[in-house]
Amino acid sequence: MSHPTTWRRPPQIVKSRFWRIALSLGALVYLTLALQSVDVNWTRVAEGMERGQRFIAGFLTPDFTTRWRDISQGLVESLTMTLTSTVAGIALSIPVGIGAARNIAPRWLHAICRSIIAVSRSLQEIIVAIFFVALFGFGAFAGFLTLTFATIGFIGKLLADDIEEIDAKQAEAIRATGASWWQLINYGVQPQVMPRLIGLSLYRLDINFRESAVIGIVGAGGIGGTLDTSLSRYEYGSAGAILLIIIAIVMASEYASSRMRGWLK
Amino acid sequence: MNWQHRTPRARLALWGFWFATVALFVWCWGLMTERTMWVFVQDAPRAAADIGSRAWPPRWSYMEQLWQPLWDTLNIATLGTLLGVVMAVPLAFLAASNTTPSRLVLRPAALLLIVASRSINSLIWALLLVSILGPGLLAGIIAIAFRSVGFVGKLLYEAIEETDVRQIEAVTATGAGPAQVLHYAIVPQVLPTFLGISVFRWDINIRESAILGLVGAGGLGMQLQASLNVLAWPQVLMICIVILGTVIASEWVSGKVRRALI
Repeated sequence: MSHPTTWRRPPQIVKSRFWRIALSLGALVYLTLALQSVDVNWTRVAEGMERGQRFIAGFLTPDFTTRWRDISQGLVESLTMTLTSTVAGIALSIPVGIGAARNIAPRWLHAICRSIIAVSRSLQEIIVAIFFVALFGFGAFAGFLTLTFATIGFIGKLLADDIEEIDAKQAEAIRATGASWWQLINYGVQPQVMPRLIGLSLYRLDINFRESAVIGIVGAGGIGGTLDTSLSRYEYGSAGAILLIIIAIVMASEYASSRMRGWLK
Repeated sequence: MNWQHRTPRARLALWGFWFATVALFVWCWGLMTERTMWVFVQDAPRAAADIGSRAWPPRWSYMEQLWQPLWDTLNIATLGTLLGVVMAVPLAFLAASNTTPSRLVLRPAALLLIVASRSINSLIWALLLVSILGPGLLAGIIAIAFRSVGFVGKLLYEAIEETDVRQIEAVTATGAGPAQVLHYAIVPQVLPTFLGISVFRWDINIRESAILGLVGAGGLGMQLQASLNVLAWPQVLMICIVILGTVIASEWVSGKVRRALI
C-alpha cells in the first residue's frame, strides 16, 4: 500500500472541491466580462502621460506663492467649517444619541432617533452637499450643514450603542437614590460614556477635515474647490502644494488625535 | 453643604474649557460666513419646496438608461478593489516589522506610501487621474485602487504583526526557508482577516464609486452630473434611489461574507 510522501497545505476557506472550482470559474467569467466593458482610449492615455509627468514635477516642486490668496482662503474655510460643524454636529447628536438608546428612551422616541441616524448614515456626504448647495447657494455654509448632518449620524449611532452597553448596576444605584431622569443621565450615564464620546469627537474632527477637502468639489466651499480650480487650469504646481498641505494637516491631526485618545484612556 | 460632583478647581477648568470652545466657535463662524449670501439661505425653504415638487415623482422609466452605469459602477468598485489589494499585499509585508526585509529603508518607505494613500480621498484621486488620463472607467478604477492600497495595507500589516510567533517558530524549526515560512506559517494566520478587510473595503468602494462620476470617472455619478446640469430633478431622485439601493445591497452582501469568514 502506497502512502503520500509529501504534504500539501489543506484548503483553508472553501473546503468543498466543487465550490472551489465553481467560485474560481465564476470569478473568471466575471473578470472577462468586466474587463471587456472597460474601454480605454490609449492615445488619450499616452497624451496624458506627459501631463502625469508634469503633475509629478509639480508635486515635487510645489508652488505655494502664485495662488496663495486662493489657497489660504480655501484653507481658512475648510478649517473653520471643520471646527464649527464638528461642534454643532456633536451638540445635536447628543440628544439624538440619548433618544436612540433603548435602555433610557421610550419606544417611540427610539424609533424616531434611530431613523434620523439611519438616514444620515446612508446618504453620502457628496450627495448631501449637492442638495445643500442647490438649496443654500455656493459656499462654506452649505459645507457646514453637510458636515453637521453627517456628524449627527456618526456620533449619534456610536453614542447610542455605547449608552446601550453601560453598566446597568450603576444606573440602578443612582435611580435607587430617588434621582430624576435628568439626574440619572447626569450621574449614572454621562460619566460612563464621556471618555468614549471625547475620543469619538476627536476622531470625527479628523474625518470632517478630510471630508471638507472633498465637498468643495461640488461647490460647498473649502480647499477642495481651490484644488478643483487649479487642476482644471492645469496648474499642477499649485495643485501639488494644496495636496501637500492636505496630507500634512491630515497626518498632523491623525497623530494629535491618536495621542489625545491614548492619553484619555 | 450639598455634595458636589467636582472640586472647585476642576469646575473652574471645565468652565474655562467651555468658554474657550464657545469663543472659538463664534470666531470660526464669523470667518466662515464672511462670504455667505444670506439672501440665498433665507430663500432655502422656498427652494426646497420648489425642488421637491419638481423632483416628485421619480422618473422610473429612466432606469433603462441606468443599467449600464450601474454595471460600470460595480466594475469600478470590484476591479479597483482587486487592483488595490494586489498592490497592498506586498506593501503590507514590507511594512510589517516581523516580515520586512529591511527595517531602515523599505519599512519607512512602505509606511509613507500607505499614509499618503490614506490621507487623499478617492474623489481627489479621481480628480487628478481624470485630469491626467482623461475621463472614463480607467481613471475611476485606478482612483479606487490608490485609495484602497492605504486602507488594506494598514489593516493587513497590523494583522501580520499580530501573528502568533510560536507557529512561525515551529515551521522554522522544521528547516523551512523564508518562502515556506510565509506560505505555511504566516499566510494561514492572516488569510481570514485579509479576506474580511478586502470585502469590507469593497463595500466602502461601492459607495465611493457611485459618486466618482461627478468628476468624470464613469459610473452612476456621471449620469447624476448630466442630470444635475440640465436640472432634471426627477432623474436625480431616481439616481439617488438606485445609489441607495446599491449601497444597502452591498452592505448586506459584505456583512454576510464577513460573518461566514469569521
